[in-house]
Amino acid sequence: MRHLISPLDFSVDETNQLLALAEDIASDPKKYSKVCRGKKLATLFYEPSTRTRLSFEAAMLNLGGSVLGFSSADSSSAAKGESVADTIRVISGYADIAAMRHPKEGAPYVASLHSTIPVINAGDGGHQHPTQTLTDLLTIHSLKGRLDHLTIGLCGDLKFGRTVHSLINALVRYPNIRFVMISPEELRIPTYIRKEVLDDHHIPYEEVESLEDAMPKLDILYMTRVQKERFFNEEDYIRLKDRYILDPAKMKYAREDMLVLHPLPRVNEISVEVDKDPRAAYFKQAQLGVYARMALIMTLLEVGLC
Amino acid sequence: MLSISGIDEGYVIDHIQAGRSMDIYKYLKLEKLDCQVAIIKNASSSKMGKKDIIKIQGPMALDLDILGFIDNHITVNVIHGGKIVEKKNLKLPETVTNVIKCKNPRCITSIEQEIPHIFKLTDASTRTYRCIYCEEKFK
Repeated sequence: MRHLISPLDFSVDETNQLLALAEDIASDPKKYSKVCRGKKLATLFYEPSTRTRLSFEAAMLNLGGSVLGFSSADSSSAAKGESVADTIRVISGYADIAAMRHPKEGAPYVASLHSTIPVINAGDGGHQHPTQTLTDLLTIHSLKGRLDHLTIGLCGDLKFGRTVHSLINALVRYPNIRFVMISPEELRIPTYIRKEVLDDHHIPYEEVESLEDAMPKLDILYMTRVQKERFFNEEDYIRLKDRYILDPAKMKYAREDMLVLHPLPRVNEISVEVDKDPRAAYFKQAQLGVYARMALIMTLLEVGLC
Repeated sequence: MLSISGIDEGYVIDHIQAGRSMDIYKYLKLEKLDCQVAIIKNASSSKMGKKDIIKIQGPMALDLDILGFIDNHITVNVIHGGKIVEKKNLKLPETVTNVIKCKNPRCITSIEQEIPHIFKLTDASTRTYRCIYCEEKFK
């Protein structure tokens, strides 16, 4: 039995297989509409995350399975003081697979140590969010046809943004990847990512502050939101939150085949006028997230695989 | 000069960095032992200038992993019949359990008291240990 706790839990080959399955699902979802009949997914969401939870639920329903769960700690036994370990032991008897979102880092890993069903980390604080990474990889692969030979611009909060850290970790495993990291000095990528991931893998990268200057070089622009909850000081948040706003004027600097990705939800870092641009791929990305999760559920449950 | 006699059975933990013997006393939970324990602080050493030594009289299970984690240059001599019968070489342990605590306030261990605090060696060259749950570096 396997779990998915970190984006690197799957090897490159396993990740590629999963993405191939997700692309096959996307091309003919009906073919997979009954593969999880009789199976149940438990969504254990200790903090609200409508988008991720609904994406998981849609994935399981698309596969013919059913879902049960809770969407906040207040409505779960955690409010009575039950440990994550005890909760997953009980849920293991109710469901076939579980997706857990928890505000505390490492909670899904603790669950996996005590579970008799596969556990998927659906986001643990500022730590990991592996299904977002699979979604990002699937979007790039589906729309670009490759995960190598790419220049990826990462823009916004690169310090606290876990999706950015996970994506870097996942992409450095593919050949000829370059990064252009666009952020104010205060929100630059943490030193340990720079040293232990980029430098150790000999990945070329540059750190810049101007989005306009970076745009012409990019195959992918990955925008992120400056998250209020990551700041201790509201003044810093207010000062930095509107530093980068992608609008049609800036899109003029981009290549014709560049893609704009965003893990969503956006606030104002991408102007709504950009939505009409064919290069805006973030809503497609959210849709592909369902297929990535379908492929993941099938892989972990070992159902419908050839 | 202070004189402390040799021991017949037990351990001599030698080459402890001066001033760290009480840390080791605490980590090894030596206060719970009934046998004789001698702590020698600031003993002169040709190699180290000053060093600490701990002598433990009596058989006990010694957790070498903890000692290796604190300082893998420490020497552990096993004494039997008044003679050194073995010198144990210490190495950095792959994991340490319930010796140090994760200080990350966002870690699951900060709210669930029953979870053991486990750290894994992730880089031996820099002696980096990370919490297995949140991956925060131990400083």
